[in-house]
Amino acid sequence: MRPFQLVGHVVLELLATVGRVVLFAGAGLGHCVRPPFYFRSLGRQLIEIGYYSLPVVGLTAIFTGMVLALQSYTGFSRFSAEGAVANVVVVSITRELGPVLAGLMVAGRIGASMAAEIGTMRVTEQIDALTTLSTNPMKLMVAPRLVAGLTMLPLLVIVADIIGVFGGYLVAVYKLGFNPANYLQGTFDALQAEDVVSGLVKASVFGLIVSLMGCYHGYTSRGGAQGVGAATTNAVVSSAILILCFDYILTELFFSR
Amino acid sequence: MSERPAKIRIRNLRKSFGRKVVLDGLDLDMGIGESLVVIGGSGTGKSVLLKCVLGLLRPDAGSISIDGVEVVGASSAARDAINRKFGMLFQGGALFDSLPVWENVAFGLLATGRLRRREARAAAMAKLAQVGLGSDVAGLHPAELSGGMQKRVALARAIAADPEIIFFDEPTTGLDPIMADVINDLIVAITRDAGVSALSITHDMASARKIANRIAMLYQGKIIWAGPVADIDSSGDERVDQFIHGRADGPIKMAIRA
Repeated sequence: MRPFQLVGHVVLELLATVGRVVLFAGAGLGHCVRPPFYFRSLGRQLIEIGYYSLPVVGLTAIFTGMVLALQSYTGFSRFSAEGAVANVVVVSITRELGPVLAGLMVAGRIGASMAAEIGTMRVTEQIDALTTLSTNPMKLMVAPRLVAGLTMLPLLVIVADIIGVFGGYLVAVYKLGFNPANYLQGTFDALQAEDVVSGLVKASVFGLIVSLMGCYHGYTSRGGAQGVGAATTNAVVSSAILILCFDYILTELFFSR
Repeated sequence: MSERPAKIRIRNLRKSFGRKVVLDGLDLDMGIGESLVVIGGSGTGKSVLLKCVLGLLRPDAGSISIDGVEVVGASSAARDAINRKFGMLFQGGALFDSLPVWENVAFGLLATGRLRRREARAAAMAKLAQVGLGSDVAGLHPAELSGGMQKRVALARAIAADPEIIFFDEPTTGLDPIMADVINDLIVAITRDAGVSALSITHDMASARKIANRIAMLYQGKIIWAGPVADIDSSGDERVDQFIHGRADGPIKMAIRA
């Protein structure tokens, strides 16, 4: 193929995919607000995303907070600015690392399982079977997952924020010899509602991205086991990239002025 | 046949995937209470035809009417109403592996909210008994059943809502000859005795002869022959003869490469 043709082909294919994803998202979100609602399916997803992701997200958060305290201490000690450790930990965790790392971990855990489950149902004709049994698969399979992603990730991030800051506290107090009261005072002085809220808005968007990519790639998968494998990979990779991309866009919206 | 009102009437149905033309102006009629079997080689578009009728695929052009109601381009509410007349037996069963057998069978009844769970369970048991399965399998999951039993459960699910039309997608594929005959007998019992119309697709001629009152052959996107099952051996069409006798040589050349 000639180079111009190749470029054109790639660009057109990309735009077509973006269009398909947007239409899919619109249809899925539309079903979230129109009855009938499948509360049993929604409950299962809320528990799956919100509860069973807690260990993974918690462990990620505690080590991130610990590393953050250690790194910023060694870095800032060059400028004799060790006092800023509490400040740096709490702002970095709430604004940035809490939502992004929770989003990425949930993308690996939930996005993959959604794509695999829905993809398997697609290639074994279970999705078609739902339609013939008077059940709209978008309503039963996709809408509850979108709602669960949108609502559960902010809750996970609240937990991650707390555990992350606690991890920083542990290292600062027990390893670096900070005074506990001073460190906590520094943390609370630095903590702004704006930081936490912007982090939670990001978390909501990331949760939606993870669910959407998991469902989209599963729903459109074809061609047996290989197709489901590809769908799973695509779901995780595309959610990770979109999370990082939207992280920049949202940060720009919130904080650039 | 022609004076009987058509249950399904298909005119000039066209469907392509990219440059590959699968259905090329297909016409087909199915009467009320008739069991029509569409035969044809693998990859000739039998499944595509079925999915177009079921509304799982949107045809590029043409008309499909069911009980005189046009369904191509119908609103989703109208589509739902039509789909309630349907039961479908999928080739691989397509049972929901997360649900026990009885919930699979009762799925359509529960989805439409027609029955409470306890009533739906009783209805599912009755349908399972109709396909020769006892209450002991009701609580098992589909993965715990053999292929033949899965097919029976899928059959029970297809008939659970007492449909007016049942679609069978390769009902005997992947079964041993005896189990295939058991399924054929069940299909005959369900369709002929209950007066339900049935549209099946298969390439298993033994099955086709047993369950059909009329056979239509699909080749290159069109119906090339249709007639009563008794006439299939004297169709006068070389392509039909080649197919029903399973000969490699003849007017139909198998595409080695798709």
